Amino acid sequence: MARERTTATPYLLAMPGWIWLAAFFVVPIIGMLWMSLMTGNIVTGFQPTFNFGVYPQVIATYWEQILRSLAYGLCATLLCIAIGYPLAFWIAFHGGRNKATYLLLLLLPFFVSQILRTISWKFLLADNGVILGTLKSAGLLPDGAHVLSTSTAVVFGLAYTFLPFMVLPIYAVLERVDHRIVEAAHDLYASRIQAFVRVVLPLSLPGLFAGVLLVFVPSSADYVNASVLGGTHNTMIGNIIQSQYLVNNAYPVASAITFVLMAILLVGIFSYAKALGTEQVMEVQAK
Amino acid sequence: MRNTPRPSPALLRGLTQARYSRRATLKLTGLSAAALALAGCGVQGQQQQPQDSTDFWADKQSNGKLRFANWPLYMDSDRTQLTRFTEATGVTVDYEESVQDNPSWFGQIQPILANGGDIGADLMVMTNGLELAKLIALGYLAPLDPAQLPNFAEYAGEIYKKTAYDPGNTFTVPYASGMTGIAYDPERTGRTLTSIADLWDPAFEGRVGMMADPQEIANFGLLYNGIDPADSTPDDWRTAAESLKQQRDDKIVRAYYSQDYIQPLTNGDVWATMAWSGDIYQQNAAEGTNLEFFIPEEGATLWTDNMMIPSTAKNPVDALMMMDFLYDPEVAASLAEYITFVPPVPDAQNVLRDKAGTLDGDEQAALEELAASPLVFPTDADYAKLHNYVSLPAGEEEEFTSIFLAITQA
Amino acid sequence: MSTTTRSGASRPAARAARGRRGVNWGKWFTWAVLGWLFLPIAGMIAFSFNDIAGRQNVTWQGFTLKWYGQAFAYSDLNDALINTLSIGVLTMLIAGGIGSLLGLALGRHRFRGQGVSNLVMFAAISAPEVVIGAALLSLFLTLNLTTGFVTILIAHVMFTVSFVAITVRARVMTLDSKLEEAARDLGADAWTTFRLVTFPMLLPAIMAGGLLAMALSVDDFIITTFVSGDTTTFPLWIWGSTRVGIPPQVNVMGTLIFAFGVLLALVNVLLARSSRRA
Repeated sequence: MARERTTATPYLLAMPGWIWLAAFFVVPIIGMLWMSLMTGNIVTGFQPTFNFGVYPQVIATYWEQILRSLAYGLCATLLCIAIGYPLAFWIAFHGGRNKATYLLLLLLPFFVSQILRTISWKFLLADNGVILGTLKSAGLLPDGAHVLSTSTAVVFGLAYTFLPFMVLPIYAVLERVDHRIVEAAHDLYASRIQAFVRVVLPLSLPGLFAGVLLVFVPSSADYVNASVLGGTHNTMIGNIIQSQYLVNNAYPVASAITFVLMAILLVGIFSYAKALGTEQVMEVQAK
Repeated sequence: MRNTPRPSPALLRGLTQARYSRRATLKLTGLSAAALALAGCGVQGQQQQPQDSTDFWADKQSNGKLRFANWPLYMDSDRTQLTRFTEATGVTVDYEESVQDNPSWFGQIQPILANGGDIGADLMVMTNGLELAKLIALGYLAPLDPAQLPNFAEYAGEIYKKTAYDPGNTFTVPYASGMTGIAYDPERTGRTLTSIADLWDPAFEGRVGMMADPQEIANFGLLYNGIDPADSTPDDWRTAAESLKQQRDDKIVRAYYSQDYIQPLTNGDVWATMAWSGDIYQQNAAEGTNLEFFIPEEGATLWTDNMMIPSTAKNPVDALMMMDFLYDPEVAASLAEYITFVPPVPDAQNVLRDKAGTLDGDEQAALEELAASPLVFPTDADYAKLHNYVSLPAGEEEEFTSIFLAITQA
Repeated sequence: MSTTTRSGASRPAARAARGRRGVNWGKWFTWAVLGWLFLPIAGMIAFSFNDIAGRQNVTWQGFTLKWYGQAFAYSDLNDALINTLSIGVLTMLIAGGIGSLLGLALGRHRFRGQGVSNLVMFAAISAPEVVIGAALLSLFLTLNLTTGFVTILIAHVMFTVSFVAITVRARVMTLDSKLEEAARDLGADAWTTFRLVTFPMLLPAIMAGGLLAMALSVDDFIITTFVSGDTTTFPLWIWGSTRVGIPPQVNVMGTLIFAFGVLLALVNVLLARSSRRA
């Protein structure tokens, strides 16, 4: 491709987007870091005191919720891989003429507000509701069994909410895989499983990477599922951030927790991206 | 058009191609430094100068319109009372259900009020509690003019004229009240409950609902320990928290509900729960459920949703007119009929009884039941068991909330 | 859009694979998962027909159509829906516009600041919603800015613009530059080339990006909670009404919107079928 001379054009094109992202993403994040170092309260105001002590303080107070959020996010991600990979695989390789229809079906639930769907689950999963009630009267579950207000319900809700974000990127990559390569692999290796592990899986890794990113990050920072489906020991760090900001107006503490969460996730994301060698993927693309 | 909203493969491909380099990161750091400089210094104190009532009202007059911010479903969908208000006064009302809960509403309006800006409402409804205390302390509310509230003076119940959170009704008048007591399903519990201690009964393991709100749950923890919330000290709070923690760790509590406890109570997920009086009345009346609500032996708390005028209101006189209008016993009765919480106008009970006399059949029975219900019109004996909330000086509630959030947000 | 048309006729491999098995486990599995995805929606639809007398739409009380007759009885719910839709459309237009320009710049040109730009976009997409909401609230607080309709719009454009940019960038990078060169050889100036050649080729990606932005905006709850001020959107209204019982009108609106989605999907499928046959 002919390399154009450096002109003002790209800057003019990029400028509105840059300004928007700088003013409403970069600056706020820095502002939040700044705010976390203040002390005070809403009545007297908050003064910058470079109170770095707030960081060890919030980590000591909330390490449990942070770890729990990461664990829930991880479980939800694994669940999404377990359900989403076979689904994407089947649609991509065996969907035939109806591929587009299956994808549409996968996306249709998005027309209903996420809040509404989560609240609907709360209703369906009630102790004597449509699902558990039926299982109980069929004698498949003990009478006292319940799903709501447990970690299971929260992880399940997270996986439900974010499943399409796992399926779509995996599908997008698998769909592009040349079927002749797969056939060649079938001829080359003894079993279908071997062919899959040696050929298809490596080819689908970029999609899996994107899927993990798109599921893990929002699910570990979610608070809607924990509030609606959770019980006494299911508080996630998102709930804490929400209540510290909006209930307690304890902005410095809230900012500090948010910053810790963001730091953990971003460091995780970037080292994960490095480890999987996305830069190489990028270089291949650039040629 | 053949496009449906869906992440395109191009997007997803893009996501797999994050590009970054050390140089880029360094540049970002430079940008950050600039941002820091822009961010300025602190966040200023947010206090406004308190205003004198006479001065405030001296140059104010009715503008023929009013913006009213209330809670969802706190007035029937026909807005009967508003129509009558417009007929009576000629003032048109723009009614918004924008108050979802106290903290987020406070979080939304606080920065605007600190700036002296218009919040888009001349009259709003908030519960007595931390946020209201903050609004008063910050000087964000218009001092009311008693001379313009004749109905209030004549018809408001005595208890609503000397509240602990706003004695003398300097800034607020009640919209509706309710009790935080205990609701249970007698068929499931298998016995009658009478006390807060029943919520600690190991027989109800995993079947008790508690409220997530720090103040509500603190009240119950305090009353359980025989402490009057209004006079409690930080040491009392810790005692209460200890009991609540034990209740939680014994797995008696199923969940801490923020507001949605009716559904689990109705379908049997929880057997007994902290509850608001009007909700239970409404649920029984509407669906024929047999839920019981009681004020526990140890006592309970009375909360009040209050009307108030932000100091920056554009139409404060019209707001005052609305406040007073809602104290007309006829109007108060019609409102109570829909919301089924406690009206601050005791005479509404008689109005409802009279109205029931003019009806027949089911409607008559329903209205008579409403007028006779202690959940809507508590008796003096009930009132005697009702306590005020923990009073916390604005800006010093951090210790309190952190003690109780540690219980509900474990 | 590319996914619907790329595949073409079913490939031999797929056909062979399907023929080899007795029970089609993959199909069963797919439908089971889809059933799981639609289950709560079925619940929502069922309870839009529930004949309740009070405010709690919790237990089945009998069948009625009356809520459909009174679908717009709550004027505030209507306002919330209108807010949601207007913010969605405005987000689509603004984020679609500036995101496309950004995507075009990043995909077509090499220039200083590209690395930082990619890094920021990647971070903006990966940042959790609470972080974005909290950070924006901090900014608005610091600036003493009134939160409301405008701040929701600002926030929604912010978190969707990178999605649009990435979609468009990916398309730009795969564009065949020969077409543009041909146009230039034929004497078209830069603007005409862009208008008549480049833009039409980019349009599907721009529309896909814009629609994605709108979908994200309409469904957003977490970021909106932080920056909404006294403006209520559809998801916020639902959340608020859980306190007193969600009225069946919410189910009705949910059902109607869902029906609209189904309709759109059907049209899409039928069009795809007929174009394939043609």
